[in-house]
Amino acid sequence: MNGAVITTRKRNYLNASYTVRSWLLTHDHKRIGLLYLIGVTFFFVIGGLAAAVVRLELMTPRGDLTESETYNKLFTMHGITMTFFFLIPAIPAVLGNFLVPLMLGARDLAFPRLNLLSWYLYMLGGLMTMWAILAGGVDTGWTFYTPYSSTYSNTYVMATAVGVFVAGFSSILTGLNFIVTTHQMRCPGLTWFRLPLFIWSMYAASLIMVLATPVLAAALLLVGLERGLGIGIFDPAMGGDPLLFQHLFWFYAHPAVYIMVLPAFGVISELVACFSRRRPFGYAFIGYSSFAIAILGFLVWGHHMFVSGQSVYAGLIFSLLSFLVAIPSGIKVFNWTATLYKASISWETPMLYAFGFMGLFTMGGLTGLFLACLAIDVHVHDTYFVVAHFHYIMVGGTVMAFLGGIHFWWPKMTGRMYPESWARLSAILIFVGFNLTFFPQFILGYLGMPRRYHIYPEEFQVLNVMSSAGASILGVGYFFPLTYLVWSMFYGAVAPENPFGHTGLEWQTASPPPTDNFEQIPVVTQEAYSFGPDDALRGPSEEVISIVQAS
Amino acid sequence: MFKPASQLVEVRADGAARVAHQFVDADQQHSAAELGMWLFLATEIMFFGAFFLAYLVYREWYPVAFAMGSRQMDVMLGTVNTGVLLTSSLTMALAVRASEMSQRRWMIGLLVATLLLGMVFLGIKGLEYYHKYAEHLVPFAGWTFAPAGEQRTGMMEFFNLYFLMTGLHALHMVAGLVMLALLVIVACRSPLRDSSSIVVHNVGLYWHFVDLVWVYLFPFFYLVSASGSVAM
Repeated sequence: MNGAVITTRKRNYLNASYTVRSWLLTHDHKRIGLLYLIGVTFFFVIGGLAAAVVRLELMTPRGDLTESETYNKLFTMHGITMTFFFLIPAIPAVLGNFLVPLMLGARDLAFPRLNLLSWYLYMLGGLMTMWAILAGGVDTGWTFYTPYSSTYSNTYVMATAVGVFVAGFSSILTGLNFIVTTHQMRCPGLTWFRLPLFIWSMYAASLIMVLATPVLAAALLLVGLERGLGIGIFDPAMGGDPLLFQHLFWFYAHPAVYIMVLPAFGVISELVACFSRRRPFGYAFIGYSSFAIAILGFLVWGHHMFVSGQSVYAGLIFSLLSFLVAIPSGIKVFNWTATLYKASISWETPMLYAFGFMGLFTMGGLTGLFLACLAIDVHVHDTYFVVAHFHYIMVGGTVMAFLGGIHFWWPKMTGRMYPESWARLSAILIFVGFNLTFFPQFILGYLGMPRRYHIYPEEFQVLNVMSSAGASILGVGYFFPLTYLVWSMFYGAVAPENPFGHTGLEWQTASPPPTDNFEQIPVVTQEAYSFGPDDALRGPSEEVISIVQAS
Repeated sequence: MFKPASQLVEVRADGAARVAHQFVDADQQHSAAELGMWLFLATEIMFFGAFFLAYLVYREWYPVAFAMGSRQMDVMLGTVNTGVLLTSSLTMALAVRASEMSQRRWMIGLLVATLLLGMVFLGIKGLEYYHKYAEHLVPFAGWTFAPAGEQRTGMMEFFNLYFLMTGLHALHMVAGLVMLALLVIVACRSPLRDSSSIVVHNVGLYWHFVDLVWVYLFPFFYLVSASGSVAM
């Protein structure tokens, strides 16, 4: 049962066994990470196709491609698929699953079977939602606002809500697993302040997954019971309070934004450190700011409800607290920038994504301040300004970091290098396409174009055509990595242990790692990111983290 | 402090410590299991928290109707049930103690006692549900109780929340009973292992949590009418 602890050099987690069964019943966190990668890629494509039809429809002011009802279903499908089945699991469940035990010097997560269960719950929830879409779709928007969702919508709300409910448990289990693993399974010498910043941010995101997701489950359960049994919890006609749903929903869904973006911060901290050959400026501040964001994130949900009839005084407090989120976010951006100052920066693909992230996330964050301001929010609420804002955070932030991270750890995951020039080309395409897609939407929103409408006045057409053109470039930019990464798994150059000269424990084992991750449990003797004085030229050596041999 | 992997295999081959492959030793496995259970209970608190928030909102909106609803409750049965459940927590705590002392027969006996008390609780709860159904006090199944205007919707909200929250609590009880039954079956078939006590300990934590939820549900639904602040 425990014989696998000792492995030969050539055995790794990929070639340990080739059967389908060995993948579908695996307890190996690395294999489960790859299973998640297949899952999130599938849902990303589905959500992306829905967005493509939406953008195509918005090329013209009239509704000539889809009916209004179909359009409602399309943006709902895009929103639900992308948030619940791509953005939430993307970085934690793929990169986090693969990297957390490796970075901690552990053999696996604390609860490997729970980890496999979480993948099955995720796929089950996702496929139920896909079934609801095929069966006729759902038109409530990803927010499921009551009483429309609970009483009036004639679409497949129930099946979709159950799908999201089930997938929520996978998120809870992943978060729980990461927290326990980080507490209990750090290898000897790996103190909290020697942890990579990726672990700090993953821990903070896990806290949110564990504490916020159950509230979504409760809210969706109530919507389901109201639809099924006709209890009047959210229906004003029966004495219920529709705002209560919005409170419960945003108590999850605002912190959920930080489930999506905190892991992205972690990836960017690793990329910036590696490609500027420096310990991140203010390591502890970057770590603490993740927790500050996680805690403040629980206290700002009311800023989604400034115009919903919430008390003005509550609005004032929520506005103030939302402004406060800018402080830890600012700490991160300034600290990354300070890390770059006079550093020896190199321009590999992951770093291009990191630069893209820093610029786009900053714009997304700053426009968030506009929206946190009560008076401006009344003007731009429910317009394309909001759509542009959160796409700068989600796509410009999380997706950029996800792709940067996938490229960075691809050699470790597959043992193969990605083709550098193709990868740089698509990173640039994605950056250009992204800005062309979403920057015009800021202007559209400021001019007053509401979100979720497929018919609009003619004067908005130029900006909408720009946006749709950008989306086509973005689509090509996403298609390239999908193709060349699959190609590189078979034909890419064989990767060395540590191709980028980074310092984390995951780079001290083989590429790809053996099933038990390390042939010997590592012992950490230095701070994280201890690039030596010469490292600007040649990357770290074995001195950084010594593997103590048994005497 | 640091043990090479080869040495770990030898430790395991002795059978001195049976631990899952990802752990270094049994201590690490035990503390991971316990921390995992506490985190799971934290998710449960947040889950029930949403319903308690709904309760607080509607009690604030409909104080009179909530007092009226509460008068329909059978305080006697509720009090007996509270006593039954608190006693089951005592037997559960003693079962955890017995498992730590490796007193297998005591442990099995106390687990069975806990199981029986849990079933008594659910039986009384079912009886109460039946009474409410017979009195037409179920908002989504044959409600006829009709005081005028706002009190009617307020009372319906009260009973919605009553069935919802006690129903979820009962579902958690059922899950707890399944866990207890499994513990009893495993303990009857095989001798206690090192890892047994942490499993019993974790089931105990869960059981106490479910009891604690009831400790809040009982005053919220049964004793509101006695509250001086809610005058009719």
